[in-house]
Parts: sequence; C-alpha cells; structure tokens
Amino acid sequence: MIEFRKEFFADERDDNLNEIGKPTRRQDILGHVTGRSPYFDDHLFEGLLHIRCVRSPHHHARIRRIDTSVADKMPGVMRVLTGKDVPLNLNTLLSLLDFGLDDEPLLSETKVAYKGEPVVAIIAETEAQARAAVAKVKVDWEVLPHVLDVEDAIKPGAPVVCDVYPTNKFIYHGKFDHQKLRFGDVEEAFAKADHTVEGRYQMSPIEQAPMETCGAIAAPEINDRFVCYTSTQGLFFSLGTAAKLLTMPSSRLHFIGGTVGGGFGGKVDSMHEPLAILGAMLTGRPCKYAWDREEEMQVGAPRGAERWYIKDGVMGDGRIIARKFTGYFDSGAYTRLSSYAIIKGVGHLPGPYTIPNVYADVYCVYTNRTPATAMRGFGITGVDFSIEVHMDKVAETVGMNPVDLRILNSYRDGDMKAHRRLAKNCALIECCQVVAEKAGIDISPASRAAASMRDGGGERANLPTRTATDQNGAVSGYRPSNYGRKGAKPPSPTAPVPQPAYAAAPGQGQRAAVLPHQAAQVPPAPHAPAPVPPPVAATAMDTPRHGALRFSSLSGFRRR
Amino acid sequence: MALHRGRGFASINYPIGMNLGGDPSQALVHSNPDGKFTVALSSIDLGQGMKSVTRQIAAETLGIPVADVYVDTADSDTGPHCMGSFASRGTHRVGNAVIQAAQEARAVMLEAAAEELEVDASDLVTDGRGNIHVKGAPSRTITTMAACQAAQFKQGKTVSGRGIFLIPLSEVDPDTGEMTPVSCFAHAALIVEIEVDDETGEVAVLDMQSAYEVGRALNPKLVEQQLIGGAWMGMSHALWETTEPYYPDRSHGPVDFNHYLMPGPGDLAPHHISVLERPAPDGPFGGKGPGEMCANPVLPAVANAVYDAVGVRIDDLPITPEKILRGIRAMGGAKPRLRLAKMQVTGVR
Repeated sequence: MIEFRKEFFADERDDNLNEIGKPTRRQDILGHVTGRSPYFDDHLFEGLLHIRCVRSPHHHARIRRIDTSVADKMPGVMRVLTGKDVPLNLNTLLSLLDFGLDDEPLLSETKVAYKGEPVVAIIAETEAQARAAVAKVKVDWEVLPHVLDVEDAIKPGAPVVCDVYPTNKFIYHGKFDHQKLRFGDVEEAFAKADHTVEGRYQMSPIEQAPMETCGAIAAPEINDRFVCYTSTQGLFFSLGTAAKLLTMPSSRLHFIGGTVGGGFGGKVDSMHEPLAILGAMLTGRPCKYAWDREEEMQVGAPRGAERWYIKDGVMGDGRIIARKFTGYFDSGAYTRLSSYAIIKGVGHLPGPYTIPNVYADVYCVYTNRTPATAMRGFGITGVDFSIEVHMDKVAETVGMNPVDLRILNSYRDGDMKAHRRLAKNCALIECCQVVAEKAGIDISPASRAAASMRDGGGERANLPTRTATDQNGAVSGYRPSNYGRKGAKPPSPTAPVPQPAYAAAPGQGQRAAVLPHQAAQVPPAPHAPAPVPPPVAATAMDTPRHGALRFSSLSGFRRR
Repeated sequence: MALHRGRGFASINYPIGMNLGGDPSQALVHSNPDGKFTVALSSIDLGQGMKSVTRQIAAETLGIPVADVYVDTADSDTGPHCMGSFASRGTHRVGNAVIQAAQEARAVMLEAAAEELEVDASDLVTDGRGNIHVKGAPSRTITTMAACQAAQFKQGKTVSGRGIFLIPLSEVDPDTGEMTPVSCFAHAALIVEIEVDDETGEVAVLDMQSAYEVGRALNPKLVEQQLIGGAWMGMSHALWETTEPYYPDRSHGPVDFNHYLMPGPGDLAPHHISVLERPAPDGPFGGKGPGEMCANPVLPAVANAVYDAVGVRIDDLPITPEKILRGIRAMGGAKPRLRLAKMQVTGVR
C-alpha cells in the first residue's frame, strides 16, 4: 500500500541518520491503546458544574428582552450569565495578529446573526438541570430579514449581518472590500488566447467531526489563579483570548491540554475556555462547558463554504496564458478566521502552475449562518477543488491528456509566482510522473523528460513587464495599514448603520473595580442575582488596543 | 441500467505553516542528572504524532537514543509559547525550535564530556546509542549519562537549551497581492477509479493511486497514517459530507452521525501510495508537513472521475447521488467519456 521512492531527490538527502526516518513507535501509544491518556473531559472535579447555552432559534433577530426569572429558580441552577457578565464581550480571533476588528460577542446582548448564536449561559449542578433551565429562558425576539447567499449578501440593500462590517464584506488593509491579486494583464491575454474556459465551483460547509467534541473544564486554583483543561489546538491562542475577554492577566491562568481527540481545525476558536473560566470565577466552583454532538455539527464553526469563478485563457498547445478568479468565502455571521483564509488562498493562486497573467478578487462575505473557521486544508481545499476540476475542462477543451496538461503548465524551480516570489523546492512534475507510471497512463515523451529542477527560471523568473491595477472596491474611512487594523474610524457606509451594538461609555479602568474574580472568592448563594456591572465599555472602533496584554501571552513573554 | 467506471486525475501543492509567518514556536530542552532529556513544549498532539516527531528530532540532534527523550507538552506553566497545532505548522515550526534547543543542550553536554576526557569539545562525536567519544578514537569515550552527571555534580553546568523558530510576518500589498506567503510546499498527484450506478446515482470508489511529496519523511509510519486518513477525508468530502446539504438553504442540517454522512469501512478503496521526499531547505531535517494536503487531490479527482464515467460535471460539492441522477436525466442518459482509459498503456492494467 505504501512505498518510499528514495530514488527521487536522493542527492538532496542524507538518509543515514540515527532516529530521523525511522518508524519509531509513538510516545503516547501505551496510554492511548489502554484508554488511559487523559483528555480534558477526564478532569471531572468534585462539585463540577455544567454550562449550557440558550441559543437563537432565528437566523437574524434583535433581542428585545431576556427573561431568566423562571430559569433562575430552577433546581440546581447556580448562576445565569448574559453578555453583561463578560468583562470584555467583543473579540475577533485574529486580534493576536492585529488582523481585523473586534466583531463577535461571547454572549450576544442586542442581536443575533445566526441560528444557534448563544445569548444566555446557565450554570447548574447537572447537565440535565442546565438543559431544563435553558428551556425556561424567555427571549423576546424581533425577527429581522436575513441573507444566506454570499452574492445576495453583497447586493445593495441586503440585510446588515454584522454591524462592524456594514457592507457585509471584510475590509482588507483598510483599503479595499476584497483581497486583490494582480500579475500581468489577464484581459489582454484572453484576447490573444485560442480558447477561454470558464467555470463556477461551490464548496459547501463541512464539519471537522472530531470524535471528542470541543470543550473546557475550568476550576479555581490556589493563589487566585484558574486552571483550565482544554481541547484547544492552540494553548496560548486560547489562553490569550481568555485573558482578553476576562480582562485578566495571563499569569492568573494555567492552561493544560496537549492530548486532543481530533481537531482538524475545529478547536481553535477559543469559545469554551473563556466561558468555563468565567463560570469558575463567578461560582467559585469547577465548571465544564462542552458541546454536545448537535452543537458540534450546527453551532460549532465548520469549514466555510466557498464559491469560485474561474476563467482561463489557453493556447491550442495547452499552455495556459491567463487565469482569472473571483472568489466568495462565506464567513457566516462573524469573521473568525475566514479573512485570513482568503489571504492564504490568494497567496496560493493560481495553483502549482506557472501562468504569466493572473488576477483574483476574493471577498470575505458575512451571511446569517454559523461562522466559519479553520479546517484541514484551510483556505486551499476549496480553491484546489475548483482549479483541478477546471484543469480537467481545459484538458478536454484542447484535447490533451490531463496529466500532460499539468506537467506542461507545472511550476519549476526558479519560476516567478503570481505573488511575486520565486518558486523553489518544487516536486509537482515528479508526483505526476509517478502516478502516471503506476496507473499506466501514457504520457508524452516531453512529460516523461520533464523535471522540477530543469527548465525553470530564466525568462520564467521575470516579473510581468506590465501589471494592470485598479481601485475597484476601494473603501474610505478606514486607517490604511498592512492588515487593515482596528482602531480605524468607522466606515462611511452606503447603507444606514444600525445603532452600535455596544453603547459608548466610560473607559476600561472602571471595569477593574468589579472584576468578577473578586466575587469568586466566596461562592455566591445559588440564586443570588448577578451583580450589576457598570455600562459596557467603548465601541469596537474606539476601544484602545489590549494588544500589550494579549501579545504578552500570545507571543510567549509571560507576565509576572 | 448500468454501472459505469471512470478515472479522474488531479495534482496539487500545499503551503506549510501559517502562510504569512509571524507564528513562532518555542522549545526548552534539559537533561536530568542521569542524562535523560525532557523537551518542554506547548504544542498540541491531536493524534498526528506531535510528541513523537519532536521526540525523534530531539534525539537525533542531541545524538542520544530516542528512549532517553521524553516530550512534555501543553502545560502553560512549564511549556514555552507555541502558536498551536494547525496550518501544517507543527513539524516544521516546532521541529526547528526543538533542533535549536537541542543543539544548545548538546553543546553543554559535549563541553562537560570534553572536560572529563581532557580533550577539545570540537573533537567529540556522539554515536546515537548513549556514548560520546573522540572522533577517530572510539576508546576515549564517556557515556552521555556520565557526561550529564559530571556537568551537574562536578562542573556546575546546566545541560539545557532554548529554541525558537519564527518566520517574520510578511506584508501584503493591497493593490497586487504581493506577499511572502510560505517557505515550502508539499506536493501530490492522484488518480482515482470509481464506479457510478446510473440508476441510483451512487458512486463507489474502487481504487486510488497516489504520489505525495512530503519533504523528508521524519517518521514513515506517521506519514503513512496521515496520508491514508487524509485521502479518506478527501473522498468523504467529495462524495458525502456537508453540514448544509442544500446550501445556501440551511434546512436538513445533520445533527448526528446518522445524518452527517461519511464513508464507512466498506466504502474504503485500496490506496496505493508512493512517497517522494524532496527535503525542504528550511525544514527540520528537511521535513515539511503532510497533515493537511493529503485530502486535497482526492476531491477534484473524484469529480473528474464522475465526469469520465457518466459525462456529468458536478461542480458543487458534495457529489451526491441526487446531483448525479439529475445530471444524467438532464442529458437523457449517461454519456461515458473514458478519456483516461483511451490513454492507457496497453497491457499495464
């Protein structure tokens, strides 16, 4: 079933190492096969409380009123949380890279933008009691028009999904409402091409489907700290996110993980850790927040849907001289990681081929569905599907063997890529040759003779003599910066901006006086009403960066 | 009503690591007094073998047996910062950090050995079996255990090291998309053979022939498990999985594994894998990261094979029996293309 073709690239390797290249047994195999490896959910503290969320039944709705009076008095209910209990109830995952505006609350307070969005968290003695109390929370919803299709969402007059991005498009670099790739002039090349081939491709959302659903267990630790056992794929990523949302120095958080029951990208969103810790802070007891399978599948962020339009200009001999992309990533109601997936995807275009003219406009679009996040193949799987099905159509159009077409157009060492860096360490041609040989596909003598190390570079290393650029999709009102960063002024929208979700109010300093951890030293009586927090902090646009704090943990410099 | 066979081809490459860089990972390595080493990380083992591959990298660099290394990971009180296990970054980024940390610890261990043997540290080599000896004079030798004991109890040295690997954050030009996305790529090509039932629209995957170029295969068994599992996932994405079967409509969303469809053991096809190893110049011992890209060629190859078999182009994933049947009906019957069959070398299959 598997063979190692050591004859390829042999002169680039030293195959005589002691440990590298050996099929050594896994360090953790004994624990795994005996069922003893500890996962987050194996840390079932005595007195563990359970958190369940009240979720939106609507795609899009304003919250008029939340009535928890019945739920408050249900058996076993220790505490009922709303967005007001979250010290900093607005975040974007990539704030650690300074990428994008804070746009997503942990518990929504004024409106919901997807079916399943959490608005209330119940903390109870048992999971069954938490579920029973969830059913008794009454929310007065004002249902709003919603939009589910990416191309509908960017039409004028479409419902505004996320107030932070009023045109339903992420803003790139403070400059454009999409990410551009411009290399040469595709329109000029299309005019010269013997054929043009067009296609539209759609990838629908996919669940990461780990055996272990996402979750975290947090508990008060000695010396005013909190321990958090978590299934996260990024320990410090989640620690930094929790420190930010709880306005707590990272030194008071002790995160433990590292053995995870499958991730596939679905365990980076850091939704569970902040809420479990907040529960432990407010009750003084260990708290578990984990998804059941239904939540994992419909509320947990999937691999997002992508829609791609591709147009190729092809010569009669199979050479592709131009490739144009228009892409729409369905981010769902909030950004999470879709904006970054697009940059990764754009850096990948036009696939592993050397094409002298390449163009892409790729949009990160907000719709009223579960936010999308990372999954195995992040930013690449969808467009690779599109490119490779398109390549098959191109091969048919020019009457070529599809393997020959790939090898003819393949990138080689030293070629200039569309993102303006030279290719190196290529091996696509060799992979194609090996597969053709194994499957008995008759490829041309030229394809058999080709090699990644040969015939690249030279003229193929040149940048285009001219690149057509444009200002399509330019936006104003954002501070231009590399990633299009927060702290920028609100955009001047074409559609009326709804009332900001978070009313302007006194500065952050006041929050310190009521940090919930202080209340946590003495567990409150089960039915005690939540302390009334002061008005929530400033708007997303005006909030000063918490970067110093977040970077301190996320870049590894521990705070004392 | 008939079964139609078809074959489809696809080839891909895949960027390794967070594509714009700016994603550091650190490692700390230290010896206990007996010359057994602990590697402290904050990386996550998702089942992909993070602990195992970093353990091999540490042992190789230190020049000691793998049994003398233990990887302790993901306790934020003891492990140094790591961005996380995603973006195919674990082996590449963390592996490089472990090499740097292990090199620093190795240098101290060799200095201690040199002092005991009264030679110059630069003349010493390790044999990978727990011994340090003078190059060309194997009898002038000391065990790694004795060297580490001497370091701690006689010489007052810490046999330890720190490592970090960071590719600096790249800028992106808003007007042209110019950027420095990644430092290396993995590659793959794949031919899949399928059978389509033109009465039910169902697809059976019969066989997969692939070639994956993964940089150096640091642990061939871990590479194999990734490639087999990843190709399964690719086939599942192509033909079965979605949380929204009528996207963009949100109805009929599955909530459990009875309705979230995936291939079972009976649906798996034989997969004949060839691994090619072109070492990445900046990878740990040339390693890249096979974890993500192994799924990607399967999706388009299956779509192309469906077209080859019955002449229906399904450009919307997943390729469900419903979509195939609708396509066949729209054409008034299956129209096999069999393009790859016509290119078959006679006598090979």
